[in-house]
Amino acid sequence: MKKVIAIALVLMLCLSLMPMAFAADDLITVGVINNPPSESGYREANVNDFAAVFTKENGYDASFYYSIKNDEQLSAARQFITDGVDYLLISAAETTGWDAVLKDAQEAGIGVFLFDRMIDCDTDLFEAAVVSDMAKEGETAVNWLLSLELPEYNVIHIQGAMGSDAQLGRTGALDEQFEAGTMKKVVQQTATWDEAEAKKIVESAINSGEAFNVIYAENDGMAKGAVAALDEAGITHGVDKDVVVMGFDCNKWALRELQKGNWNYDGQCSPFQAQVISDMIQVLEEGGEIEGLNDAKQIISVEKGFDAREITEEDILTYGLGEDVA
Amino acid sequence: MKQNQKASGQFWANNSQLLIPLIAILLLVIFNLFRDPSFFSVGITTNNNGDPVLQGNLIAILNGASELVILSMGMTLVTAASGGQDISVGALAAIAGSVFVKVLKSGGAISPLTVIGGFVMCCLVAMLFGAFNGSLVSIFNIQPMIATLILFTCGRSIAYWINGGATPTVSSPIISAIGSFIPGIPIPTPILIVILMAVLFALLFRFTTLGLYIQTVGINQGAARLNGINSVGIKLLSFVLLGACCAVAGVISVSRLSLINHETLLINIEMDAILAVAIGGNSLGGGKFRMLGSVIGAYAIQALTITLYAMKVPSTDVKAYKAVVIIILVVIGSPVVKEAFDRFRKNLRGSRPVHTGKEAS
Repeated sequence: MKKVIAIALVLMLCLSLMPMAFAADDLITVGVINNPPSESGYREANVNDFAAVFTKENGYDASFYYSIKNDEQLSAARQFITDGVDYLLISAAETTGWDAVLKDAQEAGIGVFLFDRMIDCDTDLFEAAVVSDMAKEGETAVNWLLSLELPEYNVIHIQGAMGSDAQLGRTGALDEQFEAGTMKKVVQQTATWDEAEAKKIVESAINSGEAFNVIYAENDGMAKGAVAALDEAGITHGVDKDVVVMGFDCNKWALRELQKGNWNYDGQCSPFQAQVISDMIQVLEEGGEIEGLNDAKQIISVEKGFDAREITEEDILTYGLGEDVA
Repeated sequence: MKQNQKASGQFWANNSQLLIPLIAILLLVIFNLFRDPSFFSVGITTNNNGDPVLQGNLIAILNGASELVILSMGMTLVTAASGGQDISVGALAAIAGSVFVKVLKSGGAISPLTVIGGFVMCCLVAMLFGAFNGSLVSIFNIQPMIATLILFTCGRSIAYWINGGATPTVSSPIISAIGSFIPGIPIPTPILIVILMAVLFALLFRFTTLGLYIQTVGINQGAARLNGINSVGIKLLSFVLLGACCAVAGVISVSRLSLINHETLLINIEMDAILAVAIGGNSLGGGKFRMLGSVIGAYAIQALTITLYAMKVPSTDVKAYKAVVIIILVVIGSPVVKEAFDRFRKNLRGSRPVHTGKEAS
């Protein structure tokens, strides 16, 4: 009887190991830890990007875990390490608390890549990080604004949630201009990414009789709110109109507004990091070394800014996020 | 003359509850007149569609407060009947808005018929969720704030599932007519919708005994039941009515920008709605209520926000300033201060006949 049970157990063990053996043969296993797609249009595109690149067809066996909470992300990472994945890809909810887990991963010989968000830790603990440079996004936008050579710059500046990376980066470049005196700060308020709040801020500026000719909104939604206020007050906006409208994130619907000439500029914040990471993994798999990293072991995503006068249909289809509008 | 005084005294005795919100509005008006006399000027401009429209801070206050006013109407009923507050109104409005947009986007072109269909659909869904909240409160006797915490937590995720994406946009002349102006009518449509809702509620209270029943249930549920009032049903009904209010608020909010963002749509409005009820002099413990008080309270909150914007108070400080004003209002409205005020008034009354007597002689 004991023998039968022993044989049965051995058989079961063999059977359960077989799929793993097959899988390990040709597929690279990766564990992806990200924030949930419901967070924003940006995150949705980011999640879709990773799901599209790390597929079986491309030679990956990928598992995904989404949470907005750091501790849940941490336990998911531990689970992935126990499962013995080849690579761990992380967009952390918070920048701290990851040291122990990343050390475990290193000891287990798992390659770690960070994307979108940095983690406060020793650079030895990960292979590379693919991130956006929010400050550069702001600079690109402000340089574009300066290139218009308007006779004067009276700016309504609508900020995102105070203290967020995107807000700090996109505000920084503009604040420099305010301090230098090249641009005049008419209103600077946070709408915490809320479209309706942005509309109220612009409405209030109009009703107070403030003169302005630029709206610099730190995302597309708030730019849309601002434009709604302009429309109701009969103030023209867009290419060769009274007010220059600027947004960020490059949602498809926002780029369509650019195409129609209703807005002037939209700055990209690239959610497309999967391909870059996939390329690096292939290099490591072939025993090569990753090149092109900066001192912080980062690769900065290439990010564009679109001008309404030059945007093409192809740009919209390639770089636009979310669903298209006719 | 004396008759008049008596009548006005009677009026304030009946409406002393409205004193606080009215004082709040009055203070804001006086403050703004001193700060900038042109603050309340209303002008007519032509919008980008070529229609004449009203414009000015006053219009911005009346218009911007619309969703809050409608929600505070419903919140007053729930507060009065259940003695607690619904903190899921923002999330429920987001769900309703998502359903509205979903219906509009499901069929090809947007016609008046699809808009009405969308509205009916989102109203039904919101009332269903309202009934869910209501049944937890009335049948299972769960504290309203705890019961509605469920929807508060998961409501915006549900809205995201319905949306199937982060920020779907929907553009049509009909939608912008609901959210901003009907061509040819210079008054913002949301203000008209608020008036319509107010009339509907007024008719409801005028021609049914609902108002009395809600008060009775709120004051003493057991006594109400012994008097043949279905207290479970009344509580449930108040939540369903609030659900309908959420649907209207959601539709207005979506139409304003032709866009739905489940994360930001009417965010934190539940707190303002509860506050409006409190400033309106209604007891948050249920019982007697005056919907008019909540409505004035809601406009006071909006007037405060717009004033702070006009003063260019740094964005990060707005909430702190708002809190200071609210502390003052709530303290003034508290029973302790009210009692002291009543005593003070009685003292005045006591000395008045002596004066008038002297003048007469």
